[in-house]
Amino acid sequence: MIIAITALLCCQLIGEVVVRALGLPLPGPVAGMGLMFAYLVIHGRGLPEEERVPKKIGLVADALLRNLSLLFIPAAVGIVQYFGLLARYGWTIAISIVVSTTAAMLVTVLIFRVGARWQTHYRRHHPAHAAADEAQS
Amino acid sequence: MMPPHRAADLWVYLSTNPLLWLTSVLVAYLLAEWVADKAHRHPLANTVALAAIPLSLLLMLTGTSYQTFFDGAQFVHFLLGPATVALAIPLYRNIGRVRAMLLPMTCALLVGSLTAMVSVVLIAGLMGVPVAILASLAPKSATTPIAMSLAAANGGLPALTAVFVMLTGIFGAVVVTPMMNALGIRDFAARGFAAGLAAHGIGTARAFQVDPTAGAFAGIALGLNGAMTAIVAPVILPPLLHLFAGNALTL
Repeated sequence: MIIAITALLCCQLIGEVVVRALGLPLPGPVAGMGLMFAYLVIHGRGLPEEERVPKKIGLVADALLRNLSLLFIPAAVGIVQYFGLLARYGWTIAISIVVSTTAAMLVTVLIFRVGARWQTHYRRHHPAHAAADEAQS
Repeated sequence: MMPPHRAADLWVYLSTNPLLWLTSVLVAYLLAEWVADKAHRHPLANTVALAAIPLSLLLMLTGTSYQTFFDGAQFVHFLLGPATVALAIPLYRNIGRVRAMLLPMTCALLVGSLTAMVSVVLIAGLMGVPVAILASLAPKSATTPIAMSLAAANGGLPALTAVFVMLTGIFGAVVVTPMMNALGIRDFAARGFAAGLAAHGIGTARAFQVDPTAGAFAGIALGLNGAMTAIVAPVILPPLLHLFAGNALTL
């Protein structure tokens, strides 16, 4: 278990260093996620499906992600600092967050579905291209 | 009963010690999870909100500052970093499906990310919200660290942004399941992707509760939208905020 936590923290640490050194517009942990992903791709090559993710890393990652809600609680309690401001602009802010989040979610899911349908259609009608795409990827 | 002065000493000790607030966060979470389970994981029974509301009340009733609370709660907060790295694992497990969905994901990312940022500034701006708050609202769908640095770069208040990011996440997590069911969308990849894009980590947490594939796609969307918002914001936010430069701040 310690080895898995160390692996996650090492990825985060390297991610932070790289992002800061290169001035990338990304948080360190997101770069660390890319690094962990790259490691898994290299590690998993040629292994059978169930051995591709090292067992200990898989267990710790699943435990963390199962309790992801817990990790947001400290930041969410930060709302206590802004009750005054929220009382003043509460309704307008609430309306804008509600409408904008709904719109973003709606647009995203609809475009995703249209894109997926268009892609299925294309592959069915152009099997040669689709096969070439597959071979490339 | 212990004498009152000793009780007061004990409270002074406990209330300034990380142990009390760290334990409170964990207990609040377990209670919230229990309530959510009893409610059969109803979308309205959002774990983050169910835990944050009693904790906020407790802080107000005891007159404890957020900083004191956070000194204890930071140990939980810290785990967000390794948890973000851990998103690589479900992403890798679903690599085949991700590769097959690259095109729809890219299109949805471009349009969804812009919608999330532009619409909130326009709506709040037209309703007269001051420009400093608009700058804090703009990156609300991105993950907290990105959103906070973007707010700071555009004249917003990073700590306020953290609150808006949380409210967005909670609202998105509450609304995603009923919305997708109403639309008749059964594709968990698409559902998860939309949840992660519009409602970042809290939407992702909800997606993992519903379906592992939805969780994996939500995790990808969270990472991609964070990067996308960070790249696009410096270009579109300054002119967009300039439109509402006349909205004055009255507190």
